[in-house]
Amino acid sequence: MIGVELQLLLRRRRVWLCWALLCALPAAVGVLLAVTDIVPAPGRGGNFLSAVVSNGQLFPAAALALVLPVFLPITVAIVAGDTIAGEAGTGTLRYLLVRPVGRLRLLVAKLLSVAAFVLLAVLFVTVTGYLVGVALFGFGPDATLGGTGGVTSLSGAVLTPTELAARTATTVGYLALCMLTLGAVGLFFSTLTDSPLAAALGVLALVVTSAVLLPLDAAAAIRFYLPTAHWLAWVDLYRAPILWTDVREGAQVQLGWVLVAFGAAWANFATKDVTS
Amino acid sequence: MTDVIVTSDLTKRFGRVTAVDGLDLRVPAGCRFGLLGPNGSGKTTLVRMLLGLVHPTRGTVELLGAPMPAQAAAVLPRVGALVESPAAWPQLSGPANLRLLDAAGGRRTGTAGGRRTAGGRRARSRRVAEALQRVGLGDIDRRPVRAYSLGMRQRLGIAATLLREPELLLLDEPTNGLDPRGINEVRELLVALNEAGTTVVLSSHLLSEVEQLCTRVGVMDGGRLVLTDELAALRAPTGRVLVRTPDPAAVVALLDGQVARRDGDVLQVRSLDPAGLNARLVEAGIRVTELAPQHRSLEQVVLELTGTGADRVDAAPQDRP
Repeated sequence: MIGVELQLLLRRRRVWLCWALLCALPAAVGVLLAVTDIVPAPGRGGNFLSAVVSNGQLFPAAALALVLPVFLPITVAIVAGDTIAGEAGTGTLRYLLVRPVGRLRLLVAKLLSVAAFVLLAVLFVTVTGYLVGVALFGFGPDATLGGTGGVTSLSGAVLTPTELAARTATTVGYLALCMLTLGAVGLFFSTLTDSPLAAALGVLALVVTSAVLLPLDAAAAIRFYLPTAHWLAWVDLYRAPILWTDVREGAQVQLGWVLVAFGAAWANFATKDVTS
Repeated sequence: MTDVIVTSDLTKRFGRVTAVDGLDLRVPAGCRFGLLGPNGSGKTTLVRMLLGLVHPTRGTVELLGAPMPAQAAAVLPRVGALVESPAAWPQLSGPANLRLLDAAGGRRTGTAGGRRTAGGRRARSRRVAEALQRVGLGDIDRRPVRAYSLGMRQRLGIAATLLREPELLLLDEPTNGLDPRGINEVRELLVALNEAGTTVVLSSHLLSEVEQLCTRVGVMDGGRLVLTDELAALRAPTGRVLVRTPDPAAVVALLDGQVARRDGDVLQVRSLDPAGLNARLVEAGIRVTELAPQHRSLEQVVLELTGTGADRVDAAPQDRP
Protein backbone atom coordinates (compact mmCIF):
# COMPACT_ATOMS: atom_id res chain seq x y z
CA MET A 1 0.00 0.00 0.00
CA ILE A 2 2.88 2.35 0.78
CA GLY A 3 4.34 1.63 -2.64
CA VAL A 4 0.96 2.44 -4.18
CA GLU A 5 0.77 5.73 -2.29
CA LEU A 6 4.28 6.74 -3.36
CA GLN A 7 3.43 5.98 -6.98
CA LEU A 8 0.28 8.06 -6.70
CA LEU A 9 2.30 10.89 -5.16
CA LEU A 10 5.03 10.86 -7.78
CA ARG A 11 2.60 10.65 -10.68
CA ARG A 12 0.79 13.85 -9.79
CA ARG A 13 1.61 16.95 -11.73
CA ARG A 14 0.56 19.09 -8.74
CA VAL A 15 3.28 17.58 -6.55
CA TRP A 16 6.03 18.28 -9.04
CA LEU A 17 4.70 21.80 -9.52
CA CYS A 18 4.92 22.37 -5.75
CA TRP A 19 8.50 21.19 -5.69
CA ALA A 20 9.41 23.31 -8.70
CA LEU A 21 7.91 26.45 -7.16
CA LEU A 22 9.64 25.80 -3.84
CA CYS A 23 12.98 25.66 -5.62
CA ALA A 24 12.20 28.62 -7.84
CA LEU A 25 11.81 31.17 -5.03
CA PRO A 26 15.31 30.83 -3.51
CA ALA A 27 16.80 30.60 -6.99
CA ALA A 28 15.12 33.88 -7.92
CA VAL A 29 16.37 35.54 -4.72
CA GLY A 30 19.87 34.26 -5.42
CA VAL A 31 19.85 35.64 -8.94
CA LEU A 32 18.55 39.03 -7.72
CA LEU A 33 21.26 39.25 -5.08
CA ALA A 34 23.96 38.30 -7.55
CA VAL A 35 22.76 40.67 -10.25
CA THR A 36 22.10 43.74 -8.12
CA ASP A 37 24.78 43.14 -5.54
CA ILE A 38 22.52 44.81 -2.97
CA VAL A 39 23.04 42.82 0.18
CA PRO A 40 20.56 42.99 3.04
CA ALA A 41 22.13 44.30 6.19
CA PRO A 42 22.90 41.62 8.79
CA GLY A 43 19.76 40.93 10.77
CA ARG A 44 17.47 42.12 7.98
CA GLY A 45 15.99 40.09 5.16
CA GLY A 46 15.97 36.35 5.59
CA ASN A 47 18.31 34.50 7.91
CA PHE A 48 21.78 34.00 6.49
CA LEU A 49 21.06 36.20 3.49
CA SER A 50 23.68 38.75 4.37
CA ALA A 51 26.30 36.03 4.74
CA VAL A 52 25.53 34.29 1.51
CA VAL A 53 27.19 36.75 -0.75
CA SER A 54 30.57 36.07 0.80
CA ASN A 55 30.09 32.30 0.71
CA GLY A 56 27.67 30.43 -1.55
CA GLN A 57 27.81 27.33 0.61
CA LEU A 58 25.53 29.02 3.13
CA PHE A 59 22.85 29.54 0.53
CA PRO A 60 21.02 26.25 1.23
CA ALA A 61 20.37 27.53 4.78
CA ALA A 62 19.23 30.87 3.41
CA ALA A 63 17.00 29.11 0.88
CA LEU A 64 15.34 27.05 3.62
CA ALA A 65 14.80 30.18 5.69
CA LEU A 66 13.10 31.80 2.69
CA VAL A 67 10.58 29.04 1.99
CA LEU A 68 9.94 28.08 5.61
CA PRO A 69 7.43 30.68 6.78
CA VAL A 70 4.88 30.56 3.95
CA PHE A 71 5.72 28.55 0.85
CA LEU A 72 6.59 25.27 2.48
CA PRO A 73 3.52 25.24 4.78
CA ILE A 74 1.25 25.99 1.80
CA THR A 75 2.55 23.09 -0.28
CA VAL A 76 2.41 20.70 2.67
CA ALA A 77 -1.14 21.83 3.41
CA ILE A 78 -2.18 21.21 -0.19
CA VAL A 79 -0.69 17.72 -0.32
CA ALA A 80 -1.79 16.67 3.17
CA GLY A 81 -5.28 18.10 2.78
CA ASP A 82 -5.69 16.01 -0.34
CA THR A 83 -4.79 12.68 1.28
CA ILE A 84 -8.16 11.30 2.36
CA ALA A 85 -10.51 14.04 1.16
CA GLY A 86 -9.06 13.83 -2.35
CA GLU A 87 -9.68 10.09 -2.52
CA ALA A 88 -13.18 10.67 -1.21
CA GLY A 89 -13.74 13.32 -3.87
CA THR A 90 -12.70 11.09 -6.77
CA GLY A 91 -14.57 8.15 -5.23
CA THR A 92 -11.47 5.97 -5.08
CA LEU A 93 -11.62 5.93 -1.27
CA ARG A 94 -14.50 3.46 -1.23
CA TYR A 95 -12.78 1.21 -3.74
CA LEU A 96 -9.57 1.20 -1.73
CA LEU A 97 -11.50 0.32 1.44
CA VAL A 98 -13.41 -2.57 -0.16
CA ARG A 99 -10.31 -3.92 -1.82
CA PRO A 100 -9.78 -4.18 1.20
CA VAL A 101 -7.16 -1.79 2.51
CA GLY A 102 -7.41 -1.54 6.30
CA ARG A 103 -8.29 1.95 7.46
CA LEU A 104 -5.28 2.21 9.77
CA ARG A 105 -3.04 0.94 7.02
CA LEU A 106 -4.41 3.53 4.62
CA LEU A 107 -3.76 6.33 7.12
CA VAL A 108 -0.21 5.14 7.79
CA ALA A 109 0.48 4.92 4.06
CA LYS A 110 -0.91 8.41 3.56
CA LEU A 111 1.17 9.84 6.39
CA LEU A 112 4.29 8.20 5.00
CA SER A 113 3.61 9.57 1.55
CA VAL A 114 3.22 13.06 3.06
CA ALA A 115 6.50 12.47 4.92
CA ALA A 116 8.15 11.52 1.64
CA PHE A 117 6.77 14.69 0.08
CA VAL A 118 8.08 17.02 2.80
CA LEU A 119 11.47 15.31 2.98
CA LEU A 120 11.92 15.54 -0.78
CA ALA A 121 10.68 19.14 -0.75
CA VAL A 122 13.23 20.21 1.88
CA LEU A 123 15.92 18.17 0.15
CA PHE A 124 15.22 19.68 -3.26
CA VAL A 125 15.32 23.20 -1.83
CA THR A 126 18.63 22.44 -0.12
CA VAL A 127 20.23 20.97 -3.22
CA THR A 128 18.94 23.76 -5.43
CA GLY A 129 20.18 26.27 -2.84
CA TYR A 130 23.62 24.72 -2.85
CA LEU A 131 23.90 24.63 -6.61
CA VAL A 132 22.60 28.17 -7.05
CA GLY A 133 24.71 29.49 -4.17
CA VAL A 134 27.95 27.97 -5.32
CA ALA A 135 27.31 28.91 -8.94
CA LEU A 136 26.50 32.54 -8.11
CA PHE A 137 28.68 33.31 -5.09
CA GLY A 138 31.48 30.73 -5.21
CA PHE A 139 33.06 29.05 -2.20
CA GLY A 140 33.90 32.27 -0.41
CA PRO A 141 37.17 33.95 0.52
CA ASP A 142 38.08 31.28 3.06
CA ALA A 143 38.51 28.85 0.22
CA THR A 144 41.44 30.81 -1.12
CA LEU A 145 42.89 31.54 2.32
CA GLY A 146 42.50 28.26 4.13
CA GLY A 147 42.28 26.09 1.06
CA THR A 148 39.52 23.98 2.60
CA GLY A 149 36.54 26.14 1.77
CA GLY A 150 35.65 26.74 5.38
CA VAL A 151 32.54 28.70 6.34
CA THR A 152 32.22 31.13 9.18
CA SER A 153 29.55 29.98 11.61
CA LEU A 154 27.12 32.34 13.28
CA SER A 155 29.35 32.23 16.33
CA GLY A 156 32.39 33.27 14.34
CA ALA A 157 34.29 29.99 14.36
CA VAL A 158 35.10 28.37 11.05
CA LEU A 159 33.21 25.26 9.93
CA THR A 160 34.75 22.76 7.53
CA PRO A 161 32.64 21.70 4.54
CA THR A 162 32.07 18.30 6.18
CA GLU A 163 30.75 19.91 9.35
CA LEU A 164 28.60 22.18 7.28
CA ALA A 165 27.19 19.22 5.32
CA ALA A 166 26.36 17.36 8.54
CA ARG A 167 24.62 20.41 9.96
CA THR A 168 22.68 20.98 6.76
CA ALA A 169 21.59 17.34 6.77
CA THR A 170 20.37 17.71 10.36
CA THR A 171 18.53 20.86 9.34
CA VAL A 172 16.81 19.00 6.50
CA GLY A 173 15.67 16.32 8.93
CA TYR A 174 14.50 18.84 11.52
CA LEU A 175 12.52 20.95 9.06
CA ALA A 176 11.01 17.85 7.49
CA LEU A 177 9.78 16.91 10.97
CA CYS A 178 8.34 20.39 11.49
CA MET A 179 6.50 20.13 8.18
CA LEU A 180 5.35 16.60 9.00
CA THR A 181 3.49 18.14 11.92
CA LEU A 182 1.45 20.11 9.42
CA GLY A 183 1.16 16.99 7.30
CA ALA A 184 -0.31 14.98 10.17
CA VAL A 185 -2.72 17.80 11.05
CA GLY A 186 -3.68 17.98 7.36
CA LEU A 187 -4.32 14.24 7.37
CA PHE A 188 -6.60 14.65 10.37
CA PHE A 189 -8.51 17.52 8.77
CA SER A 190 -8.70 15.49 5.59
CA THR A 191 -10.61 12.73 7.39
CA LEU A 192 -13.12 15.31 8.64
CA THR A 193 -14.23 16.61 5.26
CA ASP A 194 -14.66 15.51 1.68
CA SER A 195 -13.17 18.77 0.45
CA PRO A 196 -9.37 18.80 0.02
CA LEU A 197 -9.45 22.58 -0.12
CA ALA A 198 -11.16 22.89 3.25
CA ALA A 199 -8.61 20.57 4.84
CA ALA A 200 -5.70 22.52 3.34
CA LEU A 201 -7.10 25.84 4.49
CA GLY A 202 -7.59 24.35 7.96
CA VAL A 203 -3.88 23.62 8.11
CA LEU A 204 -3.02 27.15 7.04
CA ALA A 205 -5.43 28.50 9.65
CA LEU A 206 -3.47 26.58 12.28
CA VAL A 207 -0.19 28.05 11.02
CA VAL A 208 -1.59 31.58 11.08
CA THR A 209 -3.14 31.11 14.52
CA SER A 210 0.13 29.85 15.87
CA ALA A 211 2.05 32.72 14.29
CA VAL A 212 -0.40 35.25 15.77
CA LEU A 213 -0.26 33.78 19.26
CA LEU A 214 3.51 33.42 19.28
CA PRO A 215 4.51 37.03 20.03
CA LEU A 216 1.55 37.52 22.38
CA ASP A 217 2.58 37.78 26.04
CA ALA A 218 -0.86 36.60 27.11
CA ALA A 219 -0.18 33.35 25.28
CA ALA A 220 3.11 32.78 27.06
CA ALA A 221 1.79 29.75 28.91
CA ILE A 222 1.11 27.79 25.73
CA ARG A 223 3.82 29.35 23.58
CA PHE A 224 6.12 26.39 24.03
CA TYR A 225 3.58 24.02 22.52
CA LEU A 226 2.62 26.07 19.48
CA PRO A 227 3.45 24.22 16.25
CA THR A 228 5.47 27.10 14.81
CA ALA A 229 7.27 27.98 18.05
CA HIS A 230 10.40 25.99 17.28
CA TRP A 231 10.53 26.40 13.53
CA LEU A 232 13.59 28.63 13.70
CA ALA A 233 15.48 26.50 16.22
CA TRP A 234 17.50 24.97 13.39
CA VAL A 235 19.42 28.23 13.08
CA ASP A 236 21.27 27.08 16.22
CA LEU A 237 22.67 24.20 14.19
CA TYR A 238 24.89 26.73 12.44
CA ARG A 239 26.54 27.86 15.66
CA ALA A 240 29.78 26.39 16.90
CA PRO A 241 29.35 24.56 19.14
CA ILE A 242 25.77 23.64 18.28
CA LEU A 243 23.10 24.73 20.77
CA TRP A 244 21.05 21.56 20.98
CA THR A 245 18.49 22.55 23.63
CA ASP A 246 16.05 24.35 21.40
CA VAL A 247 16.37 21.85 18.58
CA ARG A 248 15.78 18.93 20.93
CA GLU A 249 12.75 20.55 22.55
CA GLY A 250 11.44 21.54 19.14
CA ALA A 251 11.76 17.99 17.85
CA GLN A 252 9.91 16.70 20.90
CA VAL A 253 7.04 19.16 20.49
CA GLN A 254 6.77 18.44 16.76
CA LEU A 255 6.78 14.70 17.37
CA GLY A 256 4.06 15.18 19.95
CA TRP A 257 1.95 17.07 17.40
CA VAL A 258 2.45 14.34 14.82
CA LEU A 259 1.36 11.64 17.27
CA VAL A 260 -1.66 13.55 18.55
CA ALA A 261 -2.81 14.57 15.07
CA PHE A 262 -2.37 11.06 13.71
CA GLY A 263 -4.20 9.61 16.69
CA ALA A 264 -7.06 12.04 16.11
CA ALA A 265 -7.13 11.11 12.41
CA TRP A 266 -7.34 7.45 13.29
CA ALA A 267 -9.95 7.94 15.99
CA ASN A 268 -12.14 9.78 13.52
CA PHE A 269 -11.52 7.63 10.47
CA ALA A 270 -11.66 4.17 12.05
CA THR A 271 -15.43 4.21 12.51
CA LYS A 272 -16.39 6.87 10.01
CA ASP A 273 -19.24 6.16 7.59
CA VAL A 274 -17.79 6.44 4.12
CA THR A 275 -20.61 7.88 2.08
CA SER A 276 -18.59 9.64 -0.59
CA MET B 1 -28.27 -23.96 0.03
CA THR B 2 -26.10 -21.52 1.96
CA ASP B 3 -26.69 -17.81 1.98
CA VAL B 4 -23.96 -15.43 0.86
CA ILE B 5 -25.68 -12.42 2.40
CA VAL B 6 -27.65 -12.50 5.64
CA THR B 7 -28.75 -9.34 7.38
CA SER B 8 -30.92 -9.23 10.44
CA ASP B 9 -32.72 -6.18 11.73
CA LEU B 10 -30.23 -4.06 9.81
CA THR B 11 -30.88 -0.39 10.47
CA LYS B 12 -29.02 2.80 9.59
CA ARG B 13 -29.96 6.27 10.65
CA PHE B 14 -28.20 9.37 9.38
CA GLY B 15 -29.25 11.99 11.86
CA ARG B 16 -33.04 11.98 11.76
CA VAL B 17 -33.25 10.19 8.44
CA THR B 18 -33.66 6.43 8.59
CA ALA B 19 -32.04 5.18 5.41
CA VAL B 20 -32.40 1.47 6.11
CA ASP B 21 -35.00 0.23 8.55
CA GLY B 22 -34.98 -3.21 10.15
CA LEU B 23 -33.89 -5.08 7.06
CA ASP B 24 -33.84 -8.88 7.06
CA LEU B 25 -32.35 -10.00 3.78
CA ARG B 26 -31.11 -13.37 2.64
CA VAL B 27 -29.39 -13.94 -0.67
CA PRO B 28 -28.78 -17.59 -1.48
CA ALA B 29 -25.47 -18.62 -3.05
CA GLY B 30 -25.40 -19.07 -6.78
CA CYS B 31 -28.36 -16.88 -7.68
CA ARG B 32 -28.59 -13.67 -9.62
CA PHE B 33 -30.27 -11.33 -7.20
CA GLY B 34 -31.84 -8.07 -8.30
CA LEU B 35 -32.35 -5.36 -5.71
CA LEU B 36 -35.01 -2.95 -6.87
CA GLY B 37 -36.47 0.18 -5.41
CA PRO B 38 -37.05 3.84 -6.13
CA ASN B 39 -34.29 6.40 -5.66
CA GLY B 40 -33.63 6.97 -1.99
CA SER B 41 -35.14 3.65 -0.93
CA GLY B 42 -31.88 2.68 0.81
CA LYS B 43 -30.28 0.40 -1.80
CA THR B 44 -26.92 2.14 -1.80
CA THR B 45 -26.78 2.46 1.98
CA LEU B 46 -27.51 -1.26 2.21
CA VAL B 47 -24.70 -2.07 -0.22
CA ARG B 48 -22.33 0.18 1.73
CA MET B 49 -23.23 -1.56 4.97
CA LEU B 50 -22.70 -4.96 3.40
CA LEU B 51 -19.20 -3.84 2.45
CA GLY B 52 -18.35 -2.25 5.79
CA LEU B 53 -18.14 1.29 4.41
CA VAL B 54 -21.07 2.43 6.54
CA HIS B 55 -21.54 1.14 10.06
CA PRO B 56 -25.04 -0.04 10.99
CA THR B 57 -26.93 1.77 13.74
CA ARG B 58 -28.44 -1.55 14.70
CA GLY B 59 -28.50 -5.11 13.43
CA THR B 60 -25.94 -7.41 11.87
CA VAL B 61 -24.50 -8.27 8.47
CA GLU B 62 -23.04 -11.60 7.45
CA LEU B 63 -21.18 -11.73 4.18
CA LEU B 64 -20.05 -15.11 2.85
CA GLY B 65 -20.71 -16.55 6.28
CA ALA B 66 -18.59 -14.10 8.26
CA PRO B 67 -19.71 -11.09 10.29
CA MET B 68 -19.07 -7.67 8.77
CA PRO B 69 -17.32 -5.34 9.29
CA ALA B 70 -15.37 -7.38 11.88
CA GLN B 71 -14.10 -9.88 9.31
CA ALA B 72 -13.70 -7.41 6.46
CA ALA B 73 -10.06 -8.25 5.86
CA ALA B 74 -10.87 -11.93 5.33
CA VAL B 75 -14.15 -11.55 3.46
CA LEU B 76 -13.72 -8.58 1.13
CA PRO B 77 -10.96 -10.14 -1.02
CA ARG B 78 -13.60 -12.67 -2.08
CA VAL B 79 -16.06 -9.93 -3.07
CA GLY B 80 -16.06 -7.70 -6.13
CA ALA B 81 -17.99 -4.49 -5.69
CA LEU B 82 -19.15 -1.58 -7.77
CA VAL B 83 -20.56 1.03 -5.39
CA GLU B 84 -22.79 3.77 -6.80
CA SER B 85 -20.52 4.64 -9.71
CA PRO B 86 -17.11 3.58 -10.91
CA ALA B 87 -14.17 5.71 -9.76
CA ALA B 88 -10.57 5.89 -10.83
CA TRP B 89 -7.53 8.11 -10.41
CA PRO B 90 -8.13 10.48 -13.32
CA GLN B 91 -4.50 11.23 -14.07
CA LEU B 92 -3.60 7.58 -14.67
CA SER B 93 -4.50 5.21 -17.49
CA GLY B 94 -7.05 2.46 -17.00
CA PRO B 95 -4.49 -0.36 -16.78
CA ALA B 96 -2.35 1.71 -14.38
CA ASN B 97 -5.43 2.24 -12.21
CA LEU B 98 -6.13 -1.48 -12.06
CA ARG B 99 -2.50 -2.32 -11.30
CA LEU B 100 -2.43 0.12 -8.40
CA LEU B 101 -5.79 -1.07 -7.10
CA ASP B 102 -4.64 -4.64 -7.33
CA ALA B 103 -1.41 -3.81 -5.50
CA ALA B 104 -3.30 -1.83 -2.86
CA GLY B 105 -5.14 -4.90 -1.66
CA GLY B 106 -1.87 -6.31 -0.44
CA ARG B 107 -1.07 -9.97 -0.41
CA ARG B 108 -3.83 -12.44 -0.61
CA THR B 109 -2.80 -15.40 1.45
CA GLY B 110 -4.10 -18.70 2.62
CA THR B 111 -7.29 -18.95 0.62
CA ALA B 112 -8.27 -22.40 -0.42
CA GLY B 113 -9.06 -23.97 -3.75
CA GLY B 114 -6.14 -22.91 -5.92
CA ARG B 115 -7.37 -19.34 -5.85
CA ARG B 116 -4.85 -16.95 -7.23
CA THR B 117 -2.59 -15.13 -4.87
CA ALA B 118 -1.32 -11.64 -5.50
CA GLY B 119 1.90 -12.95 -7.04
CA GLY B 120 4.53 -10.79 -8.65
CA ARG B 121 4.44 -7.97 -11.09
CA ARG B 122 3.99 -10.29 -14.05
CA ALA B 123 1.04 -12.10 -12.48
CA ARG B 124 -0.50 -8.71 -11.75
CA SER B 125 -0.12 -7.51 -15.33
CA ARG B 126 -1.70 -10.72 -16.55
CA ARG B 127 -4.64 -10.38 -14.16
CA VAL B 128 -5.18 -6.77 -15.23
CA ALA B 129 -4.99 -7.67 -18.93
CA GLU B 130 -7.48 -10.51 -18.44
CA ALA B 131 -9.94 -8.34 -16.55
CA LEU B 132 -9.74 -5.63 -19.22
CA GLN B 133 -10.22 -8.26 -21.92
CA ARG B 134 -13.37 -9.55 -20.27
CA VAL B 135 -15.06 -6.15 -20.25
CA GLY B 136 -14.02 -5.30 -23.79
CA LEU B 137 -11.14 -2.93 -22.99
CA GLY B 138 -8.43 -5.40 -24.01
CA ASP B 139 -6.85 -3.06 -26.51
CA ILE B 140 -6.97 0.10 -24.43
CA ASP B 141 -4.22 2.70 -24.97
CA ARG B 142 -2.31 4.75 -22.42
CA ARG B 143 -4.57 7.79 -22.31
CA PRO B 144 -5.60 8.86 -18.80
CA VAL B 145 -8.98 7.91 -17.37
CA ARG B 146 -9.80 11.64 -17.38
CA ALA B 147 -10.31 11.26 -21.13
CA TYR B 148 -12.54 8.16 -20.90
CA SER B 149 -16.19 8.17 -21.87
CA LEU B 150 -18.83 7.26 -19.31
CA GLY B 151 -19.21 3.82 -20.84
CA MET B 152 -15.46 3.18 -20.73
CA ARG B 153 -15.34 4.19 -17.07
CA GLN B 154 -18.18 1.81 -16.37
CA ARG B 155 -16.34 -1.02 -18.11
CA LEU B 156 -13.18 -0.18 -16.20
CA GLY B 157 -15.15 -0.26 -12.94
CA ILE B 158 -16.52 -3.70 -13.78
CA ALA B 159 -13.02 -4.88 -14.71
CA ALA B 160 -11.81 -3.78 -11.27
CA THR B 161 -14.40 -6.00 -9.60
CA LEU B 162 -13.17 -9.02 -11.56
CA LEU B 163 -9.49 -8.78 -10.61
CA ARG B 164 -9.70 -11.34 -7.85
CA GLU B 165 -12.19 -13.82 -9.31
CA PRO B 166 -14.78 -12.96 -6.68
CA GLU B 167 -17.28 -15.43 -5.24
CA LEU B 168 -19.75 -12.62 -4.85
CA LEU B 169 -20.28 -9.63 -7.09
CA LEU B 170 -22.11 -6.63 -5.64
CA LEU B 171 -22.96 -4.27 -8.45
CA ASP B 172 -24.73 -0.96 -8.12
CA GLU B 173 -26.18 0.16 -11.49
CA PRO B 174 -23.56 -1.70 -13.53
CA THR B 175 -24.91 -0.72 -16.95
CA ASN B 176 -25.15 2.99 -16.26
CA GLY B 177 -23.83 4.93 -19.25
CA LEU B 178 -23.52 1.92 -21.54
CA ASP B 179 -25.15 1.75 -24.96
CA PRO B 180 -27.56 -1.12 -25.78
CA ARG B 181 -24.76 -3.28 -27.14
CA GLY B 182 -22.65 -2.61 -24.05
CA ILE B 183 -25.58 -3.47 -21.79
CA ASN B 184 -26.02 -6.72 -23.64
CA GLU B 185 -22.30 -7.53 -23.32
CA VAL B 186 -22.33 -6.86 -19.60
CA ARG B 187 -25.43 -9.01 -19.17
CA GLU B 188 -23.79 -11.89 -21.01
CA LEU B 189 -20.64 -11.46 -18.94
CA LEU B 190 -22.60 -11.55 -15.68
CA VAL B 191 -24.56 -14.62 -16.75
CA ALA B 192 -21.32 -16.38 -17.71
CA LEU B 193 -19.73 -15.49 -14.36
CA ASN B 194 -22.84 -16.66 -12.55
CA GLU B 195 -22.83 -19.96 -14.38
CA ALA B 196 -19.22 -20.39 -13.35
CA GLY B 197 -20.31 -20.11 -9.71
CA THR B 198 -20.29 -16.41 -8.84
CA THR B 199 -23.29 -15.07 -7.00
CA VAL B 200 -24.36 -11.80 -8.60
CA VAL B 201 -26.21 -9.14 -6.65
CA LEU B 202 -27.35 -6.25 -8.75
CA SER B 203 -28.99 -3.13 -7.49
CA SER B 204 -30.83 -1.11 -10.06
CA HIS B 205 -33.84 1.00 -10.69
CA LEU B 206 -34.02 -0.26 -14.26
CA LEU B 207 -36.71 -2.91 -14.10
CA SER B 208 -36.05 -4.31 -17.55
CA GLU B 209 -32.42 -4.78 -16.57
CA VAL B 210 -33.33 -6.87 -13.56
CA GLU B 211 -36.11 -8.67 -15.39
CA GLN B 212 -33.74 -9.87 -18.08
CA LEU B 213 -30.85 -10.84 -15.85
CA CYS B 214 -31.96 -11.88 -12.41
CA THR B 215 -33.44 -15.07 -11.05
CA ARG B 216 -34.47 -13.61 -7.73
CA VAL B 217 -35.75 -10.16 -6.84
CA GLY B 218 -35.88 -8.06 -3.71
CA VAL B 219 -37.84 -4.82 -3.63
CA MET B 220 -36.99 -2.01 -1.21
CA ASP B 221 -39.12 0.96 -0.35
CA GLY B 222 -38.52 3.57 2.31
CA GLY B 223 -35.60 1.62 3.78
CA ARG B 224 -37.60 -1.57 4.18
CA LEU B 225 -37.56 -4.76 2.20
CA VAL B 226 -41.12 -5.10 0.98
CA LEU B 227 -40.69 -8.26 -1.06
CA THR B 228 -38.23 -11.00 -1.92
CA ASP B 229 -39.19 -13.76 -4.29
CA GLU B 230 -38.13 -15.75 -7.30
CA LEU B 231 -38.69 -13.77 -10.46
CA ALA B 232 -40.55 -16.72 -11.99
CA ALA B 233 -43.02 -16.74 -9.09
CA LEU B 234 -43.64 -13.00 -9.42
CA ARG B 235 -44.33 -13.38 -13.06
CA ALA B 236 -46.60 -16.40 -12.68
CA PRO B 237 -49.73 -16.38 -14.88
CA THR B 238 -52.51 -14.26 -13.42
CA GLY B 239 -55.27 -16.66 -14.42
CA ARG B 240 -56.40 -14.51 -17.31
CA VAL B 241 -55.86 -14.92 -21.01
CA LEU B 242 -55.40 -11.99 -23.37
CA VAL B 243 -57.30 -12.40 -26.61
CA ARG B 244 -56.90 -10.04 -29.54
CA THR B 245 -59.56 -10.45 -32.14
CA PRO B 246 -61.20 -8.52 -34.96
CA ASP B 247 -64.59 -9.70 -33.61
CA PRO B 248 -64.63 -8.76 -29.95
CA ALA B 249 -68.41 -8.60 -29.78
CA ALA B 250 -68.69 -12.23 -30.89
CA VAL B 251 -66.25 -13.30 -28.19
CA VAL B 252 -68.15 -11.45 -25.50
CA ALA B 253 -71.34 -13.14 -26.66
CA LEU B 254 -69.73 -16.58 -26.64
CA LEU B 255 -67.90 -16.33 -23.33
CA ASP B 256 -70.53 -14.44 -21.42
CA GLY B 257 -69.38 -13.73 -17.88
CA GLN B 258 -65.79 -14.92 -18.45
CA VAL B 259 -64.65 -11.68 -20.06
CA ALA B 260 -63.17 -9.57 -17.31
CA ARG B 261 -62.24 -6.54 -19.29
CA ARG B 262 -62.36 -5.17 -22.77
CA ASP B 263 -59.87 -2.66 -24.26
CA GLY B 264 -60.87 -2.12 -27.88
CA ASP B 265 -60.06 -5.38 -29.65
CA VAL B 266 -58.17 -6.88 -26.71
CA LEU B 267 -60.14 -8.89 -24.20
CA GLN B 268 -59.07 -10.24 -20.81
CA VAL B 269 -60.71 -13.61 -20.36
CA ARG B 270 -60.77 -15.46 -17.03
CA SER B 271 -59.44 -18.89 -17.90
CA LEU B 272 -56.78 -21.24 -16.56
CA ASP B 273 -56.70 -23.19 -19.83
CA PRO B 274 -55.55 -21.04 -22.78
CA ALA B 275 -55.40 -24.04 -25.13
CA GLY B 276 -58.99 -25.03 -24.35
CA LEU B 277 -60.12 -21.44 -24.77
CA ASN B 278 -58.40 -21.29 -28.15
CA ALA B 279 -60.14 -24.48 -29.29
CA ARG B 280 -63.49 -23.09 -28.20
CA LEU B 281 -63.04 -19.86 -30.10
CA VAL B 282 -61.93 -21.69 -33.26
CA GLU B 283 -64.89 -24.05 -32.97
CA ALA B 284 -67.23 -21.06 -32.85
CA GLY B 285 -65.59 -19.73 -36.00
CA ILE B 286 -64.20 -16.61 -34.28
CA ARG B 287 -61.02 -15.18 -35.80
CA VAL B 288 -58.20 -14.65 -33.31
CA THR B 289 -55.14 -12.53 -34.00
CA GLU B 290 -53.35 -13.18 -30.71
CA LEU B 291 -53.95 -15.33 -27.69
CA ALA B 292 -51.62 -15.54 -24.68
CA PRO B 293 -51.79 -16.16 -20.95
CA GLN B 294 -51.42 -12.90 -19.03
CA HIS B 295 -48.30 -12.41 -16.87
CA ARG B 296 -47.78 -9.63 -14.43
CA SER B 297 -44.82 -7.53 -15.45
CA LEU B 298 -42.16 -6.75 -12.90
CA GLU B 299 -43.05 -3.12 -13.36
CA GLN B 300 -46.61 -3.71 -12.16
CA VAL B 301 -45.34 -5.67 -9.16
CA VAL B 302 -42.91 -2.96 -8.16
CA LEU B 303 -45.26 -0.05 -8.74
CA GLU B 304 -47.88 -1.73 -6.57
CA LEU B 305 -45.39 -2.22 -3.76
CA THR B 306 -43.49 1.03 -3.69
CA GLY B 307 -44.29 4.70 -3.22
CA THR B 308 -42.76 7.56 -5.11
CA GLY B 309 -39.01 7.96 -4.97
CA ALA B 310 -37.42 10.15 -2.35
CA ASP B 311 -36.25 12.46 -5.14
CA ARG B 312 -39.82 13.57 -5.68
CA VAL B 313 -41.09 16.17 -3.25
CA ASP B 314 -44.69 17.07 -3.83
CA ALA B 315 -46.40 20.02 -2.28
CA ALA B 316 -49.28 19.13 -0.01
CA PRO B 317 -52.57 19.57 -1.83
CA GLN B 318 -54.17 22.86 -0.93
CA ASP B 319 -57.86 23.25 -0.31
CA ARG B 320 -59.32 26.27 -2.01
CA PRO B 321 -62.82 27.46 -1.83
